[in-house]
Amino acid sequence: MVDVTPADAVPPAEVGEMELYHPHSWWTKYVFSQDAKVIAIQYSATATAIGLVALVLSWLMRLQLGFPGTFDFITPEAYYQFITMHGMIMVIYLLTALFLGGFGNYLIPLMVGARDMVFPYVNMLSYWVYLLAVLVLVSSFFAPGGPTGAGWTLYPPQAIMTGTPGGNDWGIILMLSSLILFIIGFTMGGLNYVVTVLQGRTRGMTLMRLPLTVWGIFTATVMALLAFPALFVACVMMLLDRLLGTSFFMPAIVEMGQQLQHSGGSPILFQHLFWFFGHPEVYIVALPAFGIVSDLISTHARKNIFGYRMMVWAIIAIGALSFVVWAHHMYVSGMHPYFGFFFATTTLIIAVPTAIKVYNWVLTLWRGDIHLSIPMLFALAFIVTFVNGGLTGLFLGNVVVDVPLSDTMFVVAHFHMVMGVAPILVIFGAIYHWYPKVTGRMLDETLGQFHFWVTFLGAYLIFFPMHYIGLIGVPRRYAELTDMTIMTESAHHLNSFISIIAFLVGFAQMVFLFNLIWSIRHGREAGGNPWRATTLEWQTPQTPPAHGNFGKELPIVYRWAYDYSVPGAKEDFIPQNVPGDFRPTREPA
Amino acid sequence: MAIALVLVLIVVGSVLFHFLSPWWWTPIASNWDYIDHTITISFWITGVVFSAVVLFMAYCVFRFRHREGNRAVYEPENKRLESWLTIVTAIGVTALLVPGLFVWSRFVNVPSDATEIEVVAQQWQWSYRLPGKDGKLGTSDTREVTAENPLGIAPKDPNGQDDVVVEAADLHLPVDKPVKMLLRSIDVLHDFYIPEFRAKMDMIPGSVTYFWFTPTRTGTFQVLCAELCGQGHPLMHGMVMVDTEQDYLAWLGQQQTFAQLSAPQQTGSANPLPGNTMASALDVAAKVETVEAR
Repeated sequence: MVDVTPADAVPPAEVGEMELYHPHSWWTKYVFSQDAKVIAIQYSATATAIGLVALVLSWLMRLQLGFPGTFDFITPEAYYQFITMHGMIMVIYLLTALFLGGFGNYLIPLMVGARDMVFPYVNMLSYWVYLLAVLVLVSSFFAPGGPTGAGWTLYPPQAIMTGTPGGNDWGIILMLSSLILFIIGFTMGGLNYVVTVLQGRTRGMTLMRLPLTVWGIFTATVMALLAFPALFVACVMMLLDRLLGTSFFMPAIVEMGQQLQHSGGSPILFQHLFWFFGHPEVYIVALPAFGIVSDLISTHARKNIFGYRMMVWAIIAIGALSFVVWAHHMYVSGMHPYFGFFFATTTLIIAVPTAIKVYNWVLTLWRGDIHLSIPMLFALAFIVTFVNGGLTGLFLGNVVVDVPLSDTMFVVAHFHMVMGVAPILVIFGAIYHWYPKVTGRMLDETLGQFHFWVTFLGAYLIFFPMHYIGLIGVPRRYAELTDMTIMTESAHHLNSFISIIAFLVGFAQMVFLFNLIWSIRHGREAGGNPWRATTLEWQTPQTPPAHGNFGKELPIVYRWAYDYSVPGAKEDFIPQNVPGDFRPTREPA
Repeated sequence: MAIALVLVLIVVGSVLFHFLSPWWWTPIASNWDYIDHTITISFWITGVVFSAVVLFMAYCVFRFRHREGNRAVYEPENKRLESWLTIVTAIGVTALLVPGLFVWSRFVNVPSDATEIEVVAQQWQWSYRLPGKDGKLGTSDTREVTAENPLGIAPKDPNGQDDVVVEAADLHLPVDKPVKMLLRSIDVLHDFYIPEFRAKMDMIPGSVTYFWFTPTRTGTFQVLCAELCGQGHPLMHGMVMVDTEQDYLAWLGQQQTFAQLSAPQQTGSANPLPGNTMASALDVAAKVETVEAR
């Protein structure tokens, strides 16, 4: 580690300030805005709205699973449409969009000390293409035949055949088109995030002084830019198979006694393309959560994140490794069985950097000064659910253990715990944390406590027992669990219990939404830095930050993002833009 | 404060649930108890890690909660601790992986004395084909599928003539004899799955996949489809009976060969095949409709 004085780390300004486009009218200020903060709110609001649709769909599924045969309108066809749209919306249109489009847009420029994203106009376009993708997706609910019911993995051949809802109607076409639009929109935003982190940082903000939130979002974006193209080509090829009768993924098929015209295609090729995207996608959602939760824990425990450099390298290692583990989703797909040896090994190796992150979060709590604020509670809940879901990943990643568990409810429980519940708990924590910066007011504490406890305990009660239904051997994606010899009476009762808890947890989200809206006007005034945090977004002259983020002069960064409880300092935090002698003795250079 | 208590309760509750709940895997009926053992090892290792991490968190939250005048300790890194944790984790992961890969190599290497049996899936039923006296299955092709030849057996291949065809009915297997299941689909992806046997594998139209196992006890076992295959997916059940050698041979004696089935109307109205095909396919379709109409 080179020992440098703070002043050495602040290079002189090499380039002039960027010129911002200043809005001239209400429309260009609030609607067709080029301000990353407005775009972030647009992304977040759209993602939340479509996420609510997915929440309602999950209730409908749970109605069927918890109380089979009670609700006539939930036909198998409808059930498959619900699970498909629920999964796709949650993974792509909510989690990806909210973490990268929402948090990425809001936090990257503020945290790196930039006035805005590097390409504001393209950034604006990114949102509008995303909105179009969402509208196309929603339109499939109203199209003849309804949305596709192919499962969120959209495996051909069934995805484009008549036995699947939407297979030979509009459903699958609209789904594929919407994904293609999403990827186009994301690429515009993603390039922005990457270039802004690499080129838009203020003076003194070296890469190793970036808050982990930025590292998480940055790495996830680089991964998404590399992974989404695989999904893009898969979607285009399947559209061609469906519309023009090509045979990329379609071999010779007899459907209900009829020979189809296709021949020679490879269904398993689609799975490789899908999971080449799909596995990095898990980390595209997880890495921003890792980054954000690191900052939440550090700030609210008043302690520097433990092992910052290790955390950065773990993020990068996980990002890189996640590109060579995709076929662990395909152990029983019929691919060559020897692949199993390779992919099981890579998959279990990825557990090491992931475990390091967990240790470092927990060790940050050790000898901290833990404020049990709502963001901290959500961060703790994240660790519990993430560790739980991560550990069951060691079952499924270990190829032979996956054989009995694959395609059962165990898998459903696992991935909901690790990439559903855990990242969403971080999103909640992050919203309670940054809402004061976005609106200038605090979210209501009492409602927040209610929301936290119901969501955390409820989610655990839903997904922990669900593993055991899978352990019995009950397959996932079953619209009917009757007539199944392994499905005992008590397992049906457990399903009813899970459903009831799911409705309660859903209700708690309505309380959260109410809090979000009510507190805009009625929340307690927050001031500029209510959490006494070190990072640059809390040091803006105005709250909410004005267009251009900082005042006349951009802040200059003198230290890393984690100077909490520095010995000898008067306050228990020193913002990144404060010069001075309270330089930590062991700051990573 | 409540959160520290709740974290402890989560650990205690999860462990109690694990040991006390009635929901556990079905009694095994194949040689793959190796897989069950590997799962048990996984439960122990991960259970210890989960409890340790969450209890440590609970302790930290309790011990280092904010009180007036408290100040956190400033400790950016601790190389020794980080190295130790990395090494211990790597050992734990290896302890999981090594037995797993060892069992996987057994799973993918089929013993030479395994009998080949073919499973053919279509929306939404299971059919089977067993080699005849020559011990060989004839070649097949989806393009050959017709109402009279529902499994698409190549009519010109002499090896296929004596193949035993079990169309949309139950499969019988002799106990304690290893079998290699050759898996084929003529329409979409399916997955031949019997929970009690622990093994499963997708079937892909245009390819033949496989797994092997040895049934270890007699009984009746339900076949489930474990890969989403359209709206009839949850109704795509079948039955496999594991018989004693004697019962098995008795059942086998009643089955018809491909040659018998495709002989043009020799058996006249006694030949149930084409009608049967339609009947069973329609049966499932009707079942789907009933569910929909409900």
